[in-house]
Amino acid sequence: MDSQTGRAGYRLMSDLADTWLLFVLTLDATIRVAAPLVLCAMAGLFSERSGTVDIGLEGKMLAGAFAAGAVAYVTGSAWIGLLAAMAVSTALAMLHGFACITHRGDQVVSGVAINVLVAGLTIVLGIAWFSQGGQTPSLPAAARFQSIVWPFADTLRAVPILGTLYAEIVSGHNILVYVALASVPFTWWVVYRTRFGLRLRAVGENPSAVDTAGISVTFLRYRALLFTGAFCGIAGAYLSTAQSAAFVRDMTAGKGYIALAALIFGKWRPMPAFLACLLFGFLDAVATRLQGVEIPGIGQAPVSLIQALPYALTVILLAGFIGKAIAPKAIGIPYVKER
Amino acid sequence: MSRELPAWIDIGILPALNILMAFLVAGLIVLMVGENPLEALDVLVAGAFGYPGSLGYTLYYTTNLIFTGLAVAVAFHAGLFNIGGEGQAYIGGLGVGFAALSLDTVLPGWAVIPIAGLAGGVFGAAWAFIPAWLQAHRGSHIVITTIMFNFLAAALMVHLMVNVVIEPGQMSPQSRELLESSWLPFAHEILGGLGIEVTPSPLNLSIVWAGIACIFVWLLIWRTRWGYAIRTVGKNERAAVYAGIDPKRVVVVAMVISGALAGFVGLNEILGVQHRLLLNFTAGYGFTGIAVALMGRNHPAGIVLASLLFGALYQGGTELDFEFQTITRDLVVVIQGLVILFSGALAFMLHPTALRLWRGWTARRAGRGTV
Repeated sequence: MDSQTGRAGYRLMSDLADTWLLFVLTLDATIRVAAPLVLCAMAGLFSERSGTVDIGLEGKMLAGAFAAGAVAYVTGSAWIGLLAAMAVSTALAMLHGFACITHRGDQVVSGVAINVLVAGLTIVLGIAWFSQGGQTPSLPAAARFQSIVWPFADTLRAVPILGTLYAEIVSGHNILVYVALASVPFTWWVVYRTRFGLRLRAVGENPSAVDTAGISVTFLRYRALLFTGAFCGIAGAYLSTAQSAAFVRDMTAGKGYIALAALIFGKWRPMPAFLACLLFGFLDAVATRLQGVEIPGIGQAPVSLIQALPYALTVILLAGFIGKAIAPKAIGIPYVKER
Repeated sequence: MSRELPAWIDIGILPALNILMAFLVAGLIVLMVGENPLEALDVLVAGAFGYPGSLGYTLYYTTNLIFTGLAVAVAFHAGLFNIGGEGQAYIGGLGVGFAALSLDTVLPGWAVIPIAGLAGGVFGAAWAFIPAWLQAHRGSHIVITTIMFNFLAAALMVHLMVNVVIEPGQMSPQSRELLESSWLPFAHEILGGLGIEVTPSPLNLSIVWAGIACIFVWLLIWRTRWGYAIRTVGKNERAAVYAGIDPKRVVVVAMVISGALAGFVGLNEILGVQHRLLLNFTAGYGFTGIAVALMGRNHPAGIVLASLLFGALYQGGTELDFEFQTITRDLVVVIQGLVILFSGALAFMLHPTALRLWRGWTARRAGRGTV
């Protein structure tokens, strides 16, 4: 009798441990999937809080991924690849600024132009330079960002709960994941605690007031786009030199739009946007894990529908059914200096 | 002194210069990858028009682009940016497929084809209706919601194709083939029936429907009260309210028409060419529609010309793959992006310079006149 309860109890414990491990592994996958989303969402936050719509996050990230993959292969250094990614992505952000801020072009059209242009250009250049059907050659380990194992991670793995958390979630990511995590407090600090950030928010709400105070609306918005470009570049480098070992055609696969959705879902604020990225990343990780799994009563898990949840949730939010997403007031309107 | 630019500069020379710049930059890119741009152009033109059947292919692509270009244009006239053409075309195709798959065994072809076409329009319109309604009544931004609806359409299609519509015993997610009675007649069949022999191509009867759609859009926008309301709301929503126009209704109507037009891509693809329901048949036509509408300046005549150009690029682009080692049809995507950039985002770039030059020129001429 005693031994039977004992055995049942043991089985329960081991089941629990398995479930816990599964949960932790899914969280771990969540962080890996969410990292580029977080970087992109922060990128979009700078642009959109300053009043410039940016649906070109996708294109800038893709360009960054290509630049990082190509340059890291040629130079053998992931860091130079990262710099190249940031440079290319920032150049595209400046092009966006040139069209929308200087020439007061339609911001959405400019974003679409960048996305389409980059989708074609990365493949054309990829084929011309590397002749591998649009891919960049696969990178040796030295030219990639490797996972960093934190001290004692392997020793502590045996410790229940906290040990697995430490080994799987805190430790064992590449540096860009930590950069992504750090980008959130950084963005918060810049936007809410610096003079530049105050002006940035003001220029997105009421540019003429900022102009009256003697501050250049144009210059401010361009500076905001510098941040956007840099962050999108890092996100791109993450895709091609950290998560994978090469650039693959269309490797962003809509992540830029998911990040944009997360930004809106987070109501254009750093911390909520970050949580939205984690939520969307989690949904993606769960969907990947459920691939081909039979759920009792439902049958095959509807993976494609789970993957569509971020988009559906964003639409529902935008419709005002779960809170209200209020965009920066001056967003999308080119600023015309009055005489 | 004239204050404004004359029309022939504003809608003639400046747009032409913008397109020229787009192609110049594309040429520079070709030069950069070590090929001769003129040679590439030669291959493009030859591929689009030069061999038997190529014109048919070009016109087949043109048909799709007319539908999506008109869709974007109608929304533009109401001041709305419909990025959702891709999703609306996808769902429109689903409607066509559903209707044809369920009716082709019970009804004759002449009954199935109009019903399926109607279903395509209705499904596309319904997919545009939700973002439109949300924009009009809940204030959610239509650009974002239509982007989201593109992804939702893609996910829904994958789900339906893999789990519901798939032909039993098939590995790849596609439906059974439609009965031949419900296929749209090919152009080479029609012309063959008239005694004109042409090389077979995917071009089919739906191009006639595209032509009718062009006339319909022209009548709608410039010759009806609805069109007047659409243009008024697009130009100035507040003025529209004072004129007694309800912008909410206009937004919904314009988007529903837009979605229906995009949905007709399904007619060409499903009943005209593929003859079964499958994944990814929209192949980016919805996005190219944006370039087409911008280049055609939202006028049906312009859209037909722009569709023809992009149709030729699509078809000629496939030829690039065979003729060159280093450039492929992806070059066409680059050109498309550049056209959107120069004719859309940078459309006003040359305007101030042109205005300055024009003013200077007219002033000088006036000065000379007085002396």
